Amino acid sequence: MAQHAPATVVTANALRSGKVVWLTASDDWSHEMRAACVYLDAAQAEAALARAQARMGEVVGCYLAEVRPTPQGPEPLHFREVFRRDGPSHAARIPA
Amino acid sequence: MYAYTDFDTAFLAERNRQFRAQVARRLDGSLTEEEFRPLRLMNGLYLQLHAYMLRVAVPYGSLNPAQLRALADIAERWDRGYGHFTTRQNIQFNWPALTDVPDMLDALAEVGLHAIQTSGNTVRNVTSDHFAGAAADEITDPRPWAELIRQWSTDHPEFQFLPRKFKIAITGSPRDRAVTRAHDIGLRMVTLDGAAGFEVIVGGGLGRTPMLGKVIRAFLPASELLPYLEAILCTYNLLGRRDNKHKARIKIAVHENGLEAVRDLVEARFAEIRPDFDPAATEAELGRIAAQFRVPLSKSAPDTAYHDARAANPAFRAWADTNLHPHRDKGHAVVTISLKAHGASPGDATSSQMRAVADLAERFGYGEIRVSHEQNLVLPHVELGNLPLVWQRLKAHGLATANVGLLSDIIACPGMDYCALATARSIPVAQEIATHFERLKLEHDIGPLKIKISGCINACGHHHVGHIGILGLDRAGVETYQITLGGDGSEDAALGARTGPGFAYDQIVPAIERILRAYLRLREGRDETFLQAYRRLGLSPFQAALYELDSADAA
Repeated sequence: MAQHAPATVVTANALRSGKVVWLTASDDWSHEMRAACVYLDAAQAEAALARAQARMGEVVGCYLAEVRPTPQGPEPLHFREVFRRDGPSHAARIPA
Repeated sequence: MYAYTDFDTAFLAERNRQFRAQVARRLDGSLTEEEFRPLRLMNGLYLQLHAYMLRVAVPYGSLNPAQLRALADIAERWDRGYGHFTTRQNIQFNWPALTDVPDMLDALAEVGLHAIQTSGNTVRNVTSDHFAGAAADEITDPRPWAELIRQWSTDHPEFQFLPRKFKIAITGSPRDRAVTRAHDIGLRMVTLDGAAGFEVIVGGGLGRTPMLGKVIRAFLPASELLPYLEAILCTYNLLGRRDNKHKARIKIAVHENGLEAVRDLVEARFAEIRPDFDPAATEAELGRIAAQFRVPLSKSAPDTAYHDARAANPAFRAWADTNLHPHRDKGHAVVTISLKAHGASPGDATSSQMRAVADLAERFGYGEIRVSHEQNLVLPHVELGNLPLVWQRLKAHGLATANVGLLSDIIACPGMDYCALATARSIPVAQEIATHFERLKLEHDIGPLKIKISGCINACGHHHVGHIGILGLDRAGVETYQITLGGDGSEDAALGARTGPGFAYDQIVPAIERILRAYLRLREGRDETFLQAYRRLGLSPFQAALYELDSADAA
């Protein structure tokens, strides 16, 4: 089946901690990308984004990130989102 | 070292009280993010990829031990036990929670530090020669002037909403270690008929439109510095473009209007406002400031310990050869502490490393520490006889890497590992170049070399003025690295030339190796540095080496 628009997830940073969060199917915020609700429909995604943006006391900078749905959960399409999910790639080398 | 006055202390306390209230109003919903964002940026608080980031100003790169210890404590208490020293001589904390930032700012204020004007379209922290007041090659310590500029520019009511950010660098030495020609204003101390003054350079900057600054005034009497700076800022405030963020820096205003037109406007404004400034008051304030910067050097340890250690210990000798710079006093040396251990993140220091440096500065360094724009720390005044002991202590904390000015002394911006603006990673590229050439044992053979890496077009990693510059870009969703050669941030400043098509992440280290192997083949001898060889030979032999060997990568 042809995909007109890629699947997306709603992501943001938590207002208080600044940490990366994803919107789940129950409209909660999770620190785990695999818990994110994947929107296959662009209109649904925009609606979820609008709901998330209204929660200004919880998060900052909401946007839709493109993903590839897999049985293990959504996989980012762009490497920027991989770093947001996994943290700095040099982390193991931060001096102890 | 210079200590803030009661005025500064009260000012900081009031600003921090205001910001604490602003954070509370954001958290209770009284302020939207759109309303809060400019307020947090005015206090150095960014939102990055994984977390908030607090950028703390290190005025003209000078710290005292109490300040460095406070930074170590803050890193440990509210961050992840390390800080990142930046190419603007500042320090950034990468993981603070918004709710902790008011307490962090109060802790900074206790030692006279702050995050004001480390962001936003204002005059940013003034940067300076990290060897100021110590180097043998210096005319005058520029920091009293830098402090005067700090006082003048902080909260200056006319310059809080400039068209774009504004960076001033100042050096007191003909050896330009402050990259003055890559700043909105660069100030170089010069003398004319015995009188002290400045060569004023305007319109330099890197970023997406790199330009070297142009001399707008060949000699400005030192006492007229503030009205002249104010005249430039007034002119820029009116002339600078506000319609396009990418064309808003003063370099574009100078480029579009021409240096002569800008100079005429500046001189006209200067003539208008000069009577409002009292040169005698400036001199008096400068004298008060300068007295606090003076370091009374003493002699307690004989030089013999240094000479004996050099003769007996090759590791110490290697470190002394690369990490020391001649001091104005023959019995002292300027020590650069490398934050570039092979494989480390350039510019990162742990809390325990910061404390170790603070202790050394207190015990052996007249209480002075500097942050260099090359992301190292500096002990500007150490007696020769104490150097072996200082080296041992540094070694115990992983801070004695003998690589200053060499291949692995790489400048790298935070890149995609932290920065929300980045288009590619830069820290791991620096780490892999450093460890690769360490394995090859080629670093000392290659000799003086400045590699500078930026993870986006904004060029925080100064790649345009790297002997080898690396720019990380996002090309169709893939990290791609462009190489420039022949850049130079010194008094012979030059912008690097692009070699051609870029390289994938896993191809950039071999690409750098091909360039450097070509240099080793082509140089006239060990005395000819990479930059000298490049200037003699031009781009093409390096281009040939870079692309011919591996033409598939160049596609």
